[in-house]
Amino acid sequence: MGRYVIRRLLQMIPVFIGTTLLIFLMVNVMGDPTAALCGDKACDPATQAALREQFHLDKPLVQQYLIYLGNIFQGDFGTAFNGDSVSDLMLRAYPVTIKLTFVAIVFEIVIGIGLGVITGLRRGKPIDTGVLVLTLVVISVPTFVTGLVAQLLFGMQWGIVKPSVAYEAPLSELILPGLVLASVSLAYVTRLTRTSVAENARSDYVRTAVAKGLPRRRIIWRHLLRNSLIPVVTFIGTDIGALMGGAIVTERIFNIRGVGYQLYQGILHQSSPTVVGFVTVLVIVFLLANLIVDLLYAVLDPRIRYA
Amino acid sequence: MRLGLRTGALAAALVLAVPWLASCGATATESGVVRAKWGDPQNPLEPANTNEVNGGKVLDMIFRGLKLYNPDTAEPEYAVAKSISSDDAQNFKVTLKDGWKFADGTKVTSQSFVDAWNYAAYLPNAQIGADFFGYIDGYDKVHPDKGKPTAKKLSGLKVVDDTHFTVKLNQKFSLFPDMLGYAAFSPLPKKFFTDHDAWLEKPFGNGPYEVTDYERGGRMKLRLNDQYNGTKPRNKGVDLLVYTDDNTAYTDVVAGQLDVTDAVPAEQLSNLHKDIDNRYINTPAGIIQTLMFPMYDKEWATADALKVRRGISLAINREQITDKIFQKTRIPAKDWTSPVLRDEGGYNPDICGDRCEYNPKKAKQLIDEGGGFPGGRLVLSYNADTGNHKQWIDAICNSVNRVMGNSKACVGNPVGTFADFRTQIQSGKFSGPFRSGWQMDYPLIQNFLQPVYTTGAPSNDGKWSDKRFDALINKANADPDPKSAIKDFQDSERILAEQLPAIPLWYQNGTAVYGTRVHDVKLNPFSVPVFEEMTVND
Repeated sequence: MGRYVIRRLLQMIPVFIGTTLLIFLMVNVMGDPTAALCGDKACDPATQAALREQFHLDKPLVQQYLIYLGNIFQGDFGTAFNGDSVSDLMLRAYPVTIKLTFVAIVFEIVIGIGLGVITGLRRGKPIDTGVLVLTLVVISVPTFVTGLVAQLLFGMQWGIVKPSVAYEAPLSELILPGLVLASVSLAYVTRLTRTSVAENARSDYVRTAVAKGLPRRRIIWRHLLRNSLIPVVTFIGTDIGALMGGAIVTERIFNIRGVGYQLYQGILHQSSPTVVGFVTVLVIVFLLANLIVDLLYAVLDPRIRYA
Repeated sequence: MRLGLRTGALAAALVLAVPWLASCGATATESGVVRAKWGDPQNPLEPANTNEVNGGKVLDMIFRGLKLYNPDTAEPEYAVAKSISSDDAQNFKVTLKDGWKFADGTKVTSQSFVDAWNYAAYLPNAQIGADFFGYIDGYDKVHPDKGKPTAKKLSGLKVVDDTHFTVKLNQKFSLFPDMLGYAAFSPLPKKFFTDHDAWLEKPFGNGPYEVTDYERGGRMKLRLNDQYNGTKPRNKGVDLLVYTDDNTAYTDVVAGQLDVTDAVPAEQLSNLHKDIDNRYINTPAGIIQTLMFPMYDKEWATADALKVRRGISLAINREQITDKIFQKTRIPAKDWTSPVLRDEGGYNPDICGDRCEYNPKKAKQLIDEGGGFPGGRLVLSYNADTGNHKQWIDAICNSVNRVMGNSKACVGNPVGTFADFRTQIQSGKFSGPFRSGWQMDYPLIQNFLQPVYTTGAPSNDGKWSDKRFDALINKANADPDPKSAIKDFQDSERILAEQLPAIPLWYQNGTAVYGTRVHDVKLNPFSVPVFEEMTVND
C-alpha cells in the first residue's frame, strides 16, 4: 500500500511539469500582455520595454518558464500584473471554492445516491420514469442557464435568497450555488447508482441474504449499496477536480470569490502568473483526488489490494 | 419499501429546505456606507500607473491634485493649488494652499508633488502614464526613447519652498495647468518612496477617503480620511466590491444587495427592471468611439480611398444603431471631441456636419466613384473578449451592406483578446478599418486631438500624418490665450473632417443604476460615480 502511494506520487512529477509547461505556452500564445496594459493607447516603446523587463517577458520563453518553475519550488507563485501576490489570491480563493465544492459533493451524495437507490429498487415504476426524465432535462440544460434561472427565481422573483453570495461566502449562502454546480453531476450520479443497484439487486449474494431472512435495511446498506457504489465513487472522485475547475460559470453568476472567479479575472487581464498558478494547483487537486479514489476502492471492496 | 419512502422524503425535504437555509446567515451592512460595483484594477494602484476606470475610481477617492474637475461641468478648479500662473505659457509658478495633509498626518508640500512627478517620469519605474510628463523640461533625459536614462530628476521642476514650486516646459502649452487635475499628477507621501511595498498594501493620499482594508481581487473598504482638507463627504465610507459579471451586479442592485453599479449591461437597458424605477442615470461622458483607417496601408491613403472613407461615413446609420443597440446610451457623433467639453471647451457639432450624417445614396455613389473598398471588401476588426463590440460592428456592416446592395460587402473580423488586438494594431497588421475609442484623461480639446492624430502620437494607430494638422496643434498649444487656442484646435479638427483618418461614430454616455438606500447619485464627466456627494439612508 505504502509503496503504491509513493509510486503514484512520483508519477505526478512529470504530469505536473508537463501541464505547467503546456499552460505556460498557451497563455503566451494569446499575445503580448504588455500591449494591453495601456488600454486603447500604445504604451510608449521605452515604457513597454521596461515593463517587459520587469515581468521577464524580454527573455526567451524557455528561460521564462525555468524562472517561473524555480520560483514555484520556492513556494512563490509570482505576482499578477497588478502587483497582487498569486499565492495570496490562492489562499483566499481556494477555501471558498473548497467550501462550494463540498456543498456540491454533499448534494451529489445525498440526493444523487438517494434517488439512485430509490429508482434502482423500483424499476419501471412511475417514480423511476419521473426521475429519469428529470435527470435527462438537467443533463441537457447548461449550467449557466440553470444558474441564471435559479438566481432569477429564488433571488429576484421570490426573494428568498440573495442573488449573489456575500464576500465572506458563508456556507448557508453557498447552498443554492452548490446545488446549481452539482446539478449535472447529480443527475449522472443518480443514473449511475440506479443502474448499478438494479444490476446488483438480482445478484446471488443479495438473493442469499434475502433467503437468510436478513432485514431489508441491512441487505440494502451492507450488501447491495456497498457493492454498487464502486463506479459511483470513481465518478464523484474525479468530479471533485472537475467541480473546482468548472465553477467558473457558477462563481461568476453568483459572484463567489473563488478559483473560477480569480481565473476569469486572470484570463481577462492576461495575467499569466495568475492563470498558470491557479491551473497548476487545480491539476494537483485533480491528481490527488484520483489517488484517493483508487485507495477508497480497497475500502469498499476487500478483493482489491494494492501492493 | 419503508426505507425507500423515508429516503425520498428526506431528499424532498432537503430540496425544499434549501431556500430557507440559504436566507439565514446574512452579513449586516454597515450603516452610512455605500456599496459599489468594482472591477479588479489592471495595474498597481500608483497614480501614474493607472489608466482604467477601476483603478481610477480609487485614485479619485484617495487623492486630490493641484486641480479638480467639477463633477457637473468638468471645469478645472483649484484644489490643493492656490494659484498656477505663467507669463509666457512655458514657465509656470505653482502656489499651494496651506493645511493639506496626507492621511498619515504628514504635510502636503511642493516636494510631495515634485517627488511624485519625478518618480512617474523616471523610466526604470515603468509607469504607464509616464508620457503625461513629456511636456516637462528634461523628460528626454529621465525617459529616453532608447537606452538608459541619464538623469533621475526632471530638470524642469524646481522646489522654491514648502508651498511654492516652478515648472518649466519644453514647449509652450497654455492649457498645461488644466491638465493637472488628472490623477497622474497627484502628490505622494514620503512613505510611498521609503516603504513602497507597505504603501501599495494599503495606499493612502490626501483625498477625502482612505483605504482601511484591501482584500486583493475581491473587496476594498474606504473610510473617511480625518486629515482631509476639503468638503467632508456626505457618507461614512465606500465599500468597493469586485464583480466579474455585470449582470450579477445589476441583479444585486435590484435585490438591494448592492447600492451602485456603473456598468449596466446593454441587454438590461431595453427592459429595465420595474423595481429600478427612475433610479437610472444616463449622462454624457468624455468618451468617443471611432472607426480608424489603416493610413499606413497605401491602398487606404490614395485620393480615391478618401472618397471611399467619406462614403463609409455616410453609409453608417448612427441614429438607428444608437437607438436600437445602445438604447440611447450613446449619441451619434458630430465631431472628434465630446459634448462634455461644451461649446466653451471646443465642442462643435458642425465640424463633421453632413459628413457624419446617414446618406445612403451619396454613400454608394462615393464608394463606387472611389473604385470600391480597397481589397474588394470592407473588413472591420475588433476585440471580441470585452465590451460587446460584435453587436455594433455587425450593425455597421448591415448598414453598409444595405447601402451597397451586397450582403457580403462588409464583414467583422473578431480578434480573440484585447492584448492580441493591440499587438496586431501596433504591428500594423490590419488592412481594413478597426475599432478605436478615446476616453479623455482631462477635459481639454487638446486631449482628444493631440495624442490621437498628430504624427507619431501614442494613440495614432492608423499612422495618419498631416503637416498642416501638426502645425495647427503646435500653434494652438503655444497660444497664451486659451480662447484663441481652442479656435486653432477646432481648425485642426476641420482637417480631420476633410481627410477622415477616422470616422466619428458616437459619444458614449456614462450609465448607472442605484438602489433605494442611496441618494444624490451622479456620474462625473469621466463616467465615475461621485462618491463624496452620495447620501445613505438606512
